[in-house]
Amino acid sequence: MNFNTASFLIQVAALVVALAALHKPLGVYLVRVFEGKTSTRAERMFYRLAGVDAGTEQTWSVYLRSVLVFSAVSILAVFLLQRLQGALPGSNGLAGVDPWVAMNTSISFVTNTNWQTYAPEATVGMFVQMCLLAVQNFLSAAVGIVVAVALIRGIARTRTDRLGNFWVDLARTSFRVLLPMAAAVAIVMVLGGVVQNFWSTDVVNQASGISQTIPGGPVASQEAIKELGTNGGGYFNANSAHPFENPNVFISLFQVFLLLLIPSALPYAYGRIVGDQRQGFTVAAVMGSLWLASVSLMGWAVASGQGTATAAAGGLGEGFEQRFGPVPGAIFAASTTLTSTGAVNTAHDSLPPMAGGVAMVNMMLGEVAPGGTGSGLYGMLILSIISVFIAGLMVGRTPEYLGKKIGPSEMKLTALYILVTPALVLALAGISVLLPDVVANAPSSGPHQFSEMLYAFTSGANNNGSAFGGITTSGPYLSVMMGIAMLLGRFLPIALVLALAGSLARQQRIPASAGTVPTHGWLFGSLLLGVTVILTALSYFPALALGPLAEGLLK
Amino acid sequence: MKTLTGYLRQAGAALRFLILATVVLGLVYPLAIFGIGQAIAPYQANGSILKGPDGRPAASALLAQVSADDTGIQDPKWFHARPSAVKWDPASSSPSNLGPNDPRLIDTVTANRSAIAEAEGISEAEVPADAVTASGSGLDPDISPGYARIQVPRVAAASGLSPEAVQAMVDRRTSSGPEAFLGQPSVNVTELNLDLASAVQSK
Repeated sequence: MNFNTASFLIQVAALVVALAALHKPLGVYLVRVFEGKTSTRAERMFYRLAGVDAGTEQTWSVYLRSVLVFSAVSILAVFLLQRLQGALPGSNGLAGVDPWVAMNTSISFVTNTNWQTYAPEATVGMFVQMCLLAVQNFLSAAVGIVVAVALIRGIARTRTDRLGNFWVDLARTSFRVLLPMAAAVAIVMVLGGVVQNFWSTDVVNQASGISQTIPGGPVASQEAIKELGTNGGGYFNANSAHPFENPNVFISLFQVFLLLLIPSALPYAYGRIVGDQRQGFTVAAVMGSLWLASVSLMGWAVASGQGTATAAAGGLGEGFEQRFGPVPGAIFAASTTLTSTGAVNTAHDSLPPMAGGVAMVNMMLGEVAPGGTGSGLYGMLILSIISVFIAGLMVGRTPEYLGKKIGPSEMKLTALYILVTPALVLALAGISVLLPDVVANAPSSGPHQFSEMLYAFTSGANNNGSAFGGITTSGPYLSVMMGIAMLLGRFLPIALVLALAGSLARQQRIPASAGTVPTHGWLFGSLLLGVTVILTALSYFPALALGPLAEGLLK
Repeated sequence: MKTLTGYLRQAGAALRFLILATVVLGLVYPLAIFGIGQAIAPYQANGSILKGPDGRPAASALLAQVSADDTGIQDPKWFHARPSAVKWDPASSSPSNLGPNDPRLIDTVTANRSAIAEAEGISEAEVPADAVTASGSGLDPDISPGYARIQVPRVAAASGLSPEAVQAMVDRRTSSGPEAFLGQPSVNVTELNLDLASAVQSK
C-alpha cells in the first residue's frame, strides 16, 4: 500500500477548512446554551422529575461534588446492569459480564476513556450497548464540557463563589448540544452505510455454499456520539476499522471531522464568554498548530513503512483496511490520539514504530490539540497558566491571567494538574513491567512489549481508549490498574480544575499594566506551544526511549 | 451526618437524572434513528445485504465472504480475500495486533507469500502486500487491483470464462474517482464473486 502525499494534503486541508468554517457558528451556539438564562418547559419537567435543584448556582465544591456523585452513581449502575445482563432483555443470549471486565468497562465509559478490555461481539448485547455504554458516551462527554465551562466562568466572573449549576449544564449540554448533533450525524452515517437495526441476518450464497450470520445493532446512533463526544468505544471489536462502523473512506474522513468538531469550537466559546476573542483564537491556533505538526509527523512515520515485518510483507498492509490504506489511517490515528477519542480505523499495534510513538506522544501531550470534549480546552487553559507563570518568572512579576492573579494556591493546583497523568502513567506502567506475570499479557518481544504496556497506561490515564491491542488487560491485575489509571486520570484533574475555577472566580479583576504579559498573539502562542511540548518531553522522554524510539532506531 | 444525608440525597437525584437521561439518550434516540433509517435507507441500515440469483439474501456487500477450509486455505474457484485474524467470521472482528517487527508476523507473511505465489503460479516478488497481511477488521471485503489481477488466470480457468471477461468483471468492481483518491483503489471481492457466480450460471 502506497502513501499518496497529494491525497494526504488534500484531506488535511479539507479538515482545516471545514473546522475553520464551523468553529464560529458552533461556538456561538455553545455560548447561547451555556449563558442562557431560561430553561425550556421540557427541561424544567426533567429537573422536577429528577429531583435536582436547578434553581441555584453552585460553589466549586458543590459543583465538584455533583460531578463526583453523578459519576459514581453512573459507574455503579453501569457495573451492576452489566453483571445482570443475562437476566435482562436485549442480552443477545449473552450472560452477565465478568466482574473484572464489567468494573473496568463501567469506569472506562464513565470517564470518557472507552478502553475496551472486552470483545463487544462476545461480551455485550444490545441493551448494554444502547442503554448503558452509548448513554455514557453522551454523559461523559457532557461532563467534560461542563467542567470546561465552569473553568471559563471562573475566569470570566469576579467576586463570586458561584460557577453555575452542574445539573443544568449537564442537561443542556446533553440535550441541546450533543443530542441534536448526534441525531443529524447518525442519519448521515446510516445513509453512508453504517447499520442501524436490531437483528442479525442469515445469508446463504447458493453458488459457493457459504452461509453467514450478518450482525446488526443500533450502530449508527452509537457511532455518531462515539466520535462527537470523543469517546471512541466501538460497537464492534475492530472499532472504526469494522465495515459496519466505517463503511467507506468518506465516512472515515467524516468521523475524523466529527471527533475534532466540538473541541475545536470550544476555544471560540471561551473567547466569547471572557469577552476577548483574541484569547480563544490564540488557544485555537496553538491547538491547530499542534494538530498539523502531529498529523504531518504521523504521515511521515506511516509513510516510512519501517519495520522488519512490514518489509517482509512488501509494504504497509498489516492492520490496514484496503478501502482506507495509509493516508486515512495516519490522519485518523493522529486525530484520535490528539483528542481523547481512541477510535481506530487501523490497528495501532501494527503501525511502524515511530507512528506508534507519535500516537503515544499525542496522548502524553495531555490530549490538548484540540483534545477531548471540554478536557482539551481545560487542559490548554492549565498550560496557559503555566506559561504566564514562566513568563512572569522571567520578568519578575506576579503572574496574572486575564486580570486574575496566579498566586501560590492557583499555582499549586495547576502544577498538581500537570503532574497527575505523568505520575499515573509512569508509576503504573513502571510497576507493571516489573511483574513477570503481568508482562506476559503483552505477548510481543523486545521494546515493542514495553510499548504495549506503556501505551495501555498512557491511553488509560489520559482517558483516550485506543490500544496496542496485542496486550490482554481483562485479568484482575490489569483491569484494576487500568481502572485506577482511568479514574484518577479523569477525576483528579477535574477536581483541580474546579478548585482553580473557584479560586479565580473569587478574585476581582486587576487592570492590565505595562508589565502584564498579554495572553494572546504570536509571542504567547509560541510560548504556550513550547511549554506544552517541553513539559511532555521532560516527563516522558525516558519512557519513550525505551519503547517506540528504541524500536524505531533498531535495525 | 449532615454531609452524609446531603450525599445520599444527591445520589438519589443523580440516579433519577441517569434513568431519565437513559430513556431519552438510550431508547428514544436510537429508536428514532432506527425508524428514520428504515424509512429512508433500509438497504444501508440493514447491512447492505445483496440478493442472490434466487432473490434471497446472499451476502453483505461490506463484509468479506470467504469459502475456506479449516486451515484457512481459500477455495481456488473464487477470488480470495485478504488474510483475516478471525477467519472472516462476522460474529467477531479483530486485527492481528502483531507489531511491525514481530517475528511471528514475519513468519506469517513469509508463509502467506510463498503459498500465494505457488497457488497463482507467479514469483514471490509479484505478490502484493495486501495479499499477505491481515486487515484491520478481519472482515475486509476489499483487495487491491494488483491482487485481483494475479488471481484472474486461476479464477478464469476454474470458471471456464475467458481471462479478459474475468478481468473486465474485476475492473467493474474496482473503486475509482474520489473514493480511490482519498483511500486507495479497491476491488470488492464479495460483490465480484457474486458477479462471477451469476456469469457462470448464465453461461
